[in-house]
Amino acid sequence: MSAAGTYFYNIFHSLYTIFVGMKITLPHLLTRSATVQYPSVKMKIPERARNRLYVNIDDCIGCDQCAMACPVDCITIETIKSTPDVDLGLTSKNTKKRLYLPLFDIDIAKCCYCGLCVWPCPTECIVMTDVYEFSEYDRKNLIYSFGNMTPEEISGAKERLKKYDEEQTAKKAVAAAAAAKASQAAAAPTPPAASAPPKPEPPVQPAN
Amino acid sequence: MEFIQTIFANELFVAVLLSIIPLIFIIVYALVVLYTEMKVAAHIQDRVAYMRTGWHGVLQPIADMLKLLQKEDIIPAHADKLLFRMAPFIAFVGTYAAYAVLPFSSIFIGSNINLGAFFLVAVGSLVVVGILMAGWASNNKWSLFGGVRSAAQMISYEIPTALAIIIAVMITGSLNLQEVTKFQDGGIGNWVIFGGPLPWNQKLMVMPFTIITFFIMFVASIAEVNRTPFDLPEAESELVQGFNTEYSGMRFAMFYLSEYANLFTVSAVVVALFLGGWSSPFGSLMSGPVWGIFWFVAKAYIFVFIQIWVRWTLPRLRVDQLMYVSWKVLTPWLFFCLLAVGLILVI
Repeated sequence: MSAAGTYFYNIFHSLYTIFVGMKITLPHLLTRSATVQYPSVKMKIPERARNRLYVNIDDCIGCDQCAMACPVDCITIETIKSTPDVDLGLTSKNTKKRLYLPLFDIDIAKCCYCGLCVWPCPTECIVMTDVYEFSEYDRKNLIYSFGNMTPEEISGAKERLKKYDEEQTAKKAVAAAAAAKASQAAAAPTPPAASAPPKPEPPVQPAN
Repeated sequence: MEFIQTIFANELFVAVLLSIIPLIFIIVYALVVLYTEMKVAAHIQDRVAYMRTGWHGVLQPIADMLKLLQKEDIIPAHADKLLFRMAPFIAFVGTYAAYAVLPFSSIFIGSNINLGAFFLVAVGSLVVVGILMAGWASNNKWSLFGGVRSAAQMISYEIPTALAIIIAVMITGSLNLQEVTKFQDGGIGNWVIFGGPLPWNQKLMVMPFTIITFFIMFVASIAEVNRTPFDLPEAESELVQGFNTEYSGMRFAMFYLSEYANLFTVSAVVVALFLGGWSSPFGSLMSGPVWGIFWFVAKAYIFVFIQIWVRWTLPRLRVDQLMYVSWKVLTPWLFFCLLAVGLILVI
């Protein structure tokens, strides 16, 4: 194209493209807006959206699998063993609970909403809910404590466990002494029973 | 005009009263156009803009103004204090002075001087002094860039604007905007964009050139008020806010007010020169002094709307493209139109 041709072509091309652009924006002026008035109107969130974590502490057996699965270590669990004389009840899946849960903290500020803690849970007690509005002025308020034991209950449980352990060790000592006495009395000609059977060979890792 | 002078005998009082009317108009109109701009911008982007302050957020511009009034007036430590303080007012005075010659109605014009159109071109360039002053006094490289760009842009686009005004003046035969409007009175066919009330054969020949002139005048006037796509002086993505980066509070509001007032001025000039000003498009139907105000403001407002619409459609030009448009496209075409219209009128 000659120089003059390019000049005129450019003018008409730019005019044409301006009108194309304006023709696109005008219909948008007249259509309904794509946004909603957020706090008063909320958009429906997907059915399986992963938002704030919730723990149904009554179902938790304290297995610590969620804390181990967490990639950012935002779940902290402490457990205390229960003594046989205490019945902690059953979970909704009929699993017997054997551990007290003095501490079950989730630091939701660290949480990355991956949902990896949800799948290992044997009792399905840790779930992701659809709550997404939980901003706080203080970061400390974002540490959610699900443990529902009072300090007295915790110290009581600890004491009982300690007492039970002491009893057990005492019983063991008595039993050991009795066993020793019995073996002496038998004056066995044969040496004491062979020690534990040899350990099985560790499985050979396939070299890859 | 005359009846106000007969009611209040004191000449000074009448002068003050006549100058206050446009000022009130500017303030009310600035609030309306602020609201329009935000709403149009939002709806073009499929949003809804403010909805909470009053019905569909109609009170928001007032809230914005009150907020700006309360804000701290910050002056940078190394700024040129005197120029920094003066600049917004000079920019606004330039804009406001132009309102003196706008014919709002057949009976209302601030100052019915014979050099109305010339006066407009002259005081229109006063705005650039304010902007350049603001850019220089801020002692900030982005501000200075904005100011210098603004000066370059204004100087370039004054020429197409002035040429377009000359073409309209050649047809109407007067520089007085009130006379120009009276010349076009009597229906849509008498508007200068369609050749004015000339004999039909001359009119037909002149019409293509007046339409081109009208279009170029409109483009050049957008450039003169520093609106997108010609908003290089305050290009947000390059210069923060350009010349008004360092301004805050009421001084910033003055620049804002100046920009919106200017928006109306250029639209009003286009309307007065090419689209019959206050004259009704239906001849004697719906014409009269009060209808005159309605027609003038309504026509100007359509152009304000188009400027907003363009702003939210087109991207910004580069500096070299800006100069190219002015010097290689608009100016030569207008010279050609000037020559053609002159020849047709002589023959």
